[in-house]
Amino acid sequence: MEPPLFDGLKQAIVPASGPGVVSHGILVFVLAPDELLPTVRQLRDAHGFDIFLDVTAVDWIGQVPRFEVVHHFYSTAHKVRVRLKVRVPEADPSVDSLVPLYGSAAFMERECHDMYGIHFRGNADLRPILLYEGFVGHPLRKDYPKQQEQPLVPYRS
Amino acid sequence: MYARTVPIVPASRQKDGAFEYLTTRKDELIGWARKFSIFPYPFVTACCAMEFMAVSASPYDTDRFGAALPRFSPRQADLLMVVGTVTHKQAPILLKVYEQMCEPKWVMAFGVCATSGGFYQNYAALPGIDKVIPVDIYIPGCPPRPEMVIDGIMQLQEKIAGSRHLIVNDRF
Repeated sequence: MEPPLFDGLKQAIVPASGPGVVSHGILVFVLAPDELLPTVRQLRDAHGFDIFLDVTAVDWIGQVPRFEVVHHFYSTAHKVRVRLKVRVPEADPSVDSLVPLYGSAAFMERECHDMYGIHFRGNADLRPILLYEGFVGHPLRKDYPKQQEQPLVPYRS
Repeated sequence: MYARTVPIVPASRQKDGAFEYLTTRKDELIGWARKFSIFPYPFVTACCAMEFMAVSASPYDTDRFGAALPRFSPRQADLLMVVGTVTHKQAPILLKVYEQMCEPKWVMAFGVCATSGGFYQNYAALPGIDKVIPVDIYIPGCPPRPEMVIDGIMQLQEKIAGSRHLIVNDRF
């Protein structure tokens, strides 16, 4: 059974790419990059989505645009989740940062930047968080060699 | 049962019989003392820690082998037990802990991740701690059974008992 909030959300948020659909109990919207910040602000202020759960990315290698940045939100009042997907091209993989709206986005965007090389405009601190300084490349991209190591300590011969 | 012993007297030093007899008896005595006082430093990083707790606790009880008193300073420890996955980011820490330990020191690779990286063949995990520090005993298993750990400790004891123990200079 769909939560009653979903009907109102589907009418309130209509992206250019088409209306939202429900997938596995989560309402999914596919957005254009410039629609992201207004939509998130609307979710937070008008619909009570007070928890920013996660941001990650999908590397659809071979497709154009290549990357898909995925945000998840949760409403503790309505107990429902919403997923926002934004496609970004390989040449300029950047989306707007959600740090001005959710403070918790800072670390998650750092991790996403580590693993996929997505640039979050407005996040001032994109230093490595799980990787280390000097790591070249982004290991969860599909074109990163599977067993490529970058050891910090020289190996014993 | 345990045939893997290190020869006590190298061939180059088998000249003076009386001296070698004395040296051998000294090595046996010190080896006997050292093999029952292995103070481990648990470098515990991952899920093998559960098995480490099981093997340390009373049902299996590594104290029977003198290897139960964990020293949480590497400077007081004899045995570095690397329990769990070591990542590339953590390898400098492991190396620093190893270098802080005083001689004599031994290293145990506990579990398959410490032994070879296990199934973590990727950007993050070190493919075996012997890429960074020398290892005396490898205990495979994911996680190893407590019996395997005890077997490893006993083999390490055999190794310690059969080794040379230089206490004065490089001959004695």
